[in-house]
This record gives sequence, structure tokens and C-alpha cells, in this order.
Amino acid sequence: MKGFRRLVLLVLVLVALLVVGLLGWFFFGGSHRPTSQAMSKVTAATLRDPALIARGGYLVTVGDCAGCHTAQGGAGYAGGRLMATPFGNIPVPNITPDQETGLGNWSFEDFWQALHVGKGRHGELLYPAFSYTSYTKVTHYDALAIFAYLQSLPPVHQPATALALNFPYSVRNSLAAWRALYFKEGVFEPDAGQTAQWNRGAYLVQGLGHCNECHAARDVLGGTPENEHLTGGQIPQQNWYAPDLSTQSNGGLQGWNEQDIVDLLKTGQSAKGVAFGPMADVVVQSTQHMTDADLRAVASYLHSLPARAQTVEEKSPFNTTALVQQGEQVYTKRCVDCHGKNGNGVTGIYPPLNGNSSVTEPSGINAIRAVLLGGFAPATAANPRPYSMPPFAQQLSDSDVAAVVSYIRRSWTNKAPIVLERDVSTYRQTPID
Amino acid sequence: MNKNVRMRPARQIGTALLLVVTAMLFSGISHATDAPTVPDTLQQRIAACTSCHGAHGEGTPGSGFFPRLAGKPAAYLVRQMQGFQNGLRKYGPMEYTVRQLSPAYMQEIAEYFAAQQVPFSRSPLPPVSAEALQRGEQLVSKGDAERKIPACASCHGSQLKGVEPSTPGLIGLPYDYISSQLGSWRTHTRAMAAPDCMAVVAGRLSASDITAVSAWLASRQLPADTHAEAAGSVKPPLSCGVLGATGDGA
Repeated sequence: MKGFRRLVLLVLVLVALLVVGLLGWFFFGGSHRPTSQAMSKVTAATLRDPALIARGGYLVTVGDCAGCHTAQGGAGYAGGRLMATPFGNIPVPNITPDQETGLGNWSFEDFWQALHVGKGRHGELLYPAFSYTSYTKVTHYDALAIFAYLQSLPPVHQPATALALNFPYSVRNSLAAWRALYFKEGVFEPDAGQTAQWNRGAYLVQGLGHCNECHAARDVLGGTPENEHLTGGQIPQQNWYAPDLSTQSNGGLQGWNEQDIVDLLKTGQSAKGVAFGPMADVVVQSTQHMTDADLRAVASYLHSLPARAQTVEEKSPFNTTALVQQGEQVYTKRCVDCHGKNGNGVTGIYPPLNGNSSVTEPSGINAIRAVLLGGFAPATAANPRPYSMPPFAQQLSDSDVAAVVSYIRRSWTNKAPIVLERDVSTYRQTPID
Repeated sequence: MNKNVRMRPARQIGTALLLVVTAMLFSGISHATDAPTVPDTLQQRIAACTSCHGAHGEGTPGSGFFPRLAGKPAAYLVRQMQGFQNGLRKYGPMEYTVRQLSPAYMQEIAEYFAAQQVPFSRSPLPPVSAEALQRGEQLVSKGDAERKIPACASCHGSQLKGVEPSTPGLIGLPYDYISSQLGSWRTHTRAMAAPDCMAVVAGRLSASDITAVSAWLASRQLPADTHAEAAGSVKPPLSCGVLGATGDGA
């Protein structure tokens, strides 16, 4: 009887999916044909304009397109890597102008359709691993510059790997429902009540910078609800926590001034903390190359993000005192030489742990993995020979890592919850890439 | 302290000396005060490297795994860091550590370790039979013509100290490290620029050969000077991408 009921349920689910798929196809699918380059409103001469290409090159850096569209050790922008998502692996396409495997046959109209509307050349709905939820805010002219730059690259022949999504996510048209929930098409609209600098910052952060794609929590369907803009979240699959970016009360960057933000994005570290994990990649490949004016604009916008609600700490059912004491012993032996007894670090060299959002972020992942992996601050033009931290994975047990992380999360002005040994053993095994 | 020394006149030098003496007197409790003093040295900057590989690249013999870096050719060391960046070599902790280092910084770090000359201590050996050690010695110094396995010494130098500019020494390395590297070539988690001669060699070794070679190499006494031999002192029998594809490609 139970088996029968499950069968009925399965059939119902399949029928529902079929209906969604058909509706999606009816409304969104199959209706679009690519615009040929000959039919394009943008002439080949326009795309060869060196000034436009240079502008596009800068924007492509700001958007860190290479961060996803370049495989490890692979040719720039030739795609080939697999983006791991909780729904399966999504192959990242080749965006060099190769005729067969890249954007060689694309017109600007096709490109705009992808970047702004989130649809492929043939009208197929794109998976939002390509962050068109953010890129839709990019202006038509900036998109043209980006396209001109990409078309100026040397073509690289590299076929895409096959899509490896789990059912039902493999049904592309099921994205119609996802888009209705999470995607709002439209170029950034400046706020007349704000300064030009603020508007520039908001444009970069919300649009091309696609900061919200990591710095907001994703729900079960992989979307970022609108009211959680830049409030921080765990990055799926990568297992890092991208902190809340508010600098106001209870914000993840509470106490950061605009210069701290500029410093971190330009040099890889600030008086308040250091970029590591995926953010180190972003700094090295993208933000360190941004103009000072753009960095200040970003800082101005982030500094205006509202204060956050105070979180109420749940009382831990565990004996935290013993754990924190054990942690203090580890700290005194292993950490104090660089981070100091009061957790204030050494300005410009070792980050403070006191008041550091990477230490106190809700999940504890960042501190755990920083202790396990150690590593260098990003090597940037402004800080070409960074100092580093030893990896402690080889020296400390899960118990000691949990203890020392709990200690730094609860010392000085820090009041974050403790972490457990089992959390450490989970993240000890997390792959690097 | 450096800042003090940089202040010019003699009086300041006196003050600096006094500070040094005070610092030495209080060194026992210096880390109890806040704002630690940090030396502006490469060695201090690369704590992420030295915590496993040793302050002078001597390795960590007690660990049984972390290889020495001291005296290995700088170009070889740079290639390895690049390999961890571009995916030719797979080892999570190293991939993470070197991930964002610039070419210039990697060169500087490589030169630091290449220039070091430190006495190595041998790592513990697993219990292996006398026959296995004999087979290991045979493979290292003569190879196995029947299975087209060249002698290790034919590329890594007669004293197995490595050869400038790109061939690492094989002595002074832990058993676990050597055997896991040979295994990595067979499982494609370590590779070199094509043609990958070490992949060819590792593919021709049997599992027991790997044990034999690793054990014999790890059991070697070390010569006083462990720096690599001069470039051109060997004539590699295989075609090797990292050596500019010299050799006859057998």
C-alpha cells in the first residue's frame, strides 16, 4: 500500500514538472533565434574601437570574469572548469571568440540577451551559476565594451564539457519558476538622492562586481532573497563563509571605515583583517586592479549599508568553559607570538583577531579553515611579499583546533558561539578548489 | 629593533644596544605583552613554508613525510610551486599555500631554499627486507634494462644530489615522501611538462619496485655538500619536457 502511494506521488510530481516545463517552453522557450553578426546593429568597426576594448578590459577585470571562465592552468577565458553547485556540476563556457566552441559567431544582441536577460543565443534559459541576477544591472554601453574586449581576445578552441545536473534541475525550463522568484531584469537605476560616488559604488557592487552572489545566504532553491542583500552567507560547495558587509552596528564589518575597505580590496589586507580563501582570489585577480576612484565608490556604498539586527545568542548545551580554557593554552603556545595576547595582531603584518569578522562570522568555518590551512595574505602590487601563517592541520588535533577557535571567538570583545570538534573534522576534509 | 638601528648617531646605537639587552632579558615573557615585534626577514614572511619544511628547508624528519627543500635547484622549486598553482601537482595544503603567490615572490622563496646548506637527519625507515634494499640499489644505480627502467642516477646525478637547473636531489627525503611521489605519477596527481619522463619511469615500476627504491634512497648516508650538481653533468636517457626535451626518448 505504501509503495502504491509513493508511486502515485511520483507520477503526480512528474506530471507537475511536465506542466511547468511545457508552460516554460510555451512562454519562454524556442521563440528566439540568434541575431547574426551581419544583422547586428553593432558594426564590426565599433567592436574594434581600441578605447571601447580598453574600457571593456577594465570592466572584465572588475567583474572577475576570468575567476570562473578560466580553468586551473588553462587558457584565459576559454572556460573548461566545472562549477560545483548543490544541484550538480555546471560547465563554465568558453567566452573567447572561437567560432566553434566560443563566442565567435555571437552578435552583441546575443551577448546582451545572455548578460541582461539570462538567456542563451537560442532563447534557452541560462542556469544562474552565471550571475545574470547581478549582471542585468550592467548598462548597455558597458556590456558593449565587455563584448568588444572579449571579441578582441585570441580565440581558443576548447569545447565545453557536458552539463551534469541532477534531475529535476536538468530540465532547463524549470528555471522559469526560479526566475519568477529570484530574477528581476533591469539596468541599475541611480538614486537621485545619493551622491554620484555612492551610485557608482552601488552600480559596481550590485552589478558587475556581483558581490551578492557570495555575500548573501542562498535558500534551498539556490536563490538569494532580495531582502538579504549583502547580509553574508555560506558559499555552497566551497565551504567558506562570505561575511555580512555592513559596517554599522551588528554588521559583519562593524567598525570598518571606508579606508579599511579600500585597503583590503587594493592591498589584500587592512587594519581590520586580511582577505583569504575565495576573497584572496578576488583581490588578486580583480579588485587590486580597480581605480582608486572606483574603490572609494565601492567603500562609500558599502559604508551606507544599514545596521543589522542583534542576534540573540543561544545558550550552548556544552560546557564551554573547559573548551575555552583548553583553547587559551593552545593560543598561548601557537598564536600569541603573532596575534598578541589581546588579539590585536601587528598592524600591516598580522591581522587582529579581536573584532575580526572572519573570526566571529556565524558559522565558524572561516576561523577553523584559516587555522587548518594557514597561508599567505594575497600577493598584490601593493603588498608583493606578504607575511604568512603556518598551516596547523598537520600539528593540531581536531579537539585543539575546536578549542583554539572557540577561544578566539569568545575572547576580548568577541562573543561568537563556540565550534565543535566535529565541525573541524568536516572542514579538514574540504577540498581546496 | 631595526628601526632603532637605522637612527643615526652613536647615542641612538647605545639606546639600541640597551633595548636589545632588555629585549633579551625579557625575551622569556616578551610574548606575554601585546604588539609582538616582527622581524622583516624572508624567513619570517614564509612561516607558512617553514612550519613543515623547516626554517632552512631541512624538512621535518620526525614527520616522515615533509620533504627537504634545502639545496634543491631554484628552478625546480619554482616549477613545483607553479605545478600546485596550475594543477599539475595535487596536494591540498600546498595548493592553498601557493595559490596566490606571484612569480617574483615564488622565485625569491625558491632561491632562499636553494641556497641553504643544512645537515639532514634521516627519517625512519619501514622494515624492508635485505632483498628489497638490494633491488632498490640496483634500480637506483643501474636501472632495469629488460623493463626499460633507467637508473635514477642517470638523471639525478651520480651522487643523487640532483642536477641544476631542474632535477631535484633524491637523498635526504623521507621514505613516505618518495614512495607517495612515485605513486602520484601513476595516479596522475603529479605531473610535469610533457613529455613527462617521470610518468614514464613510474609507470614502468611495480609496486614492490617503488617500495625498494624509496627505502634504499631513504636509507642513504648524506654527503657533506648536498647542493645539486652542475648543469650538464648528466646525459638524460629519456625525453623530458622540464629538461627542454633532451635525450633520445627511449
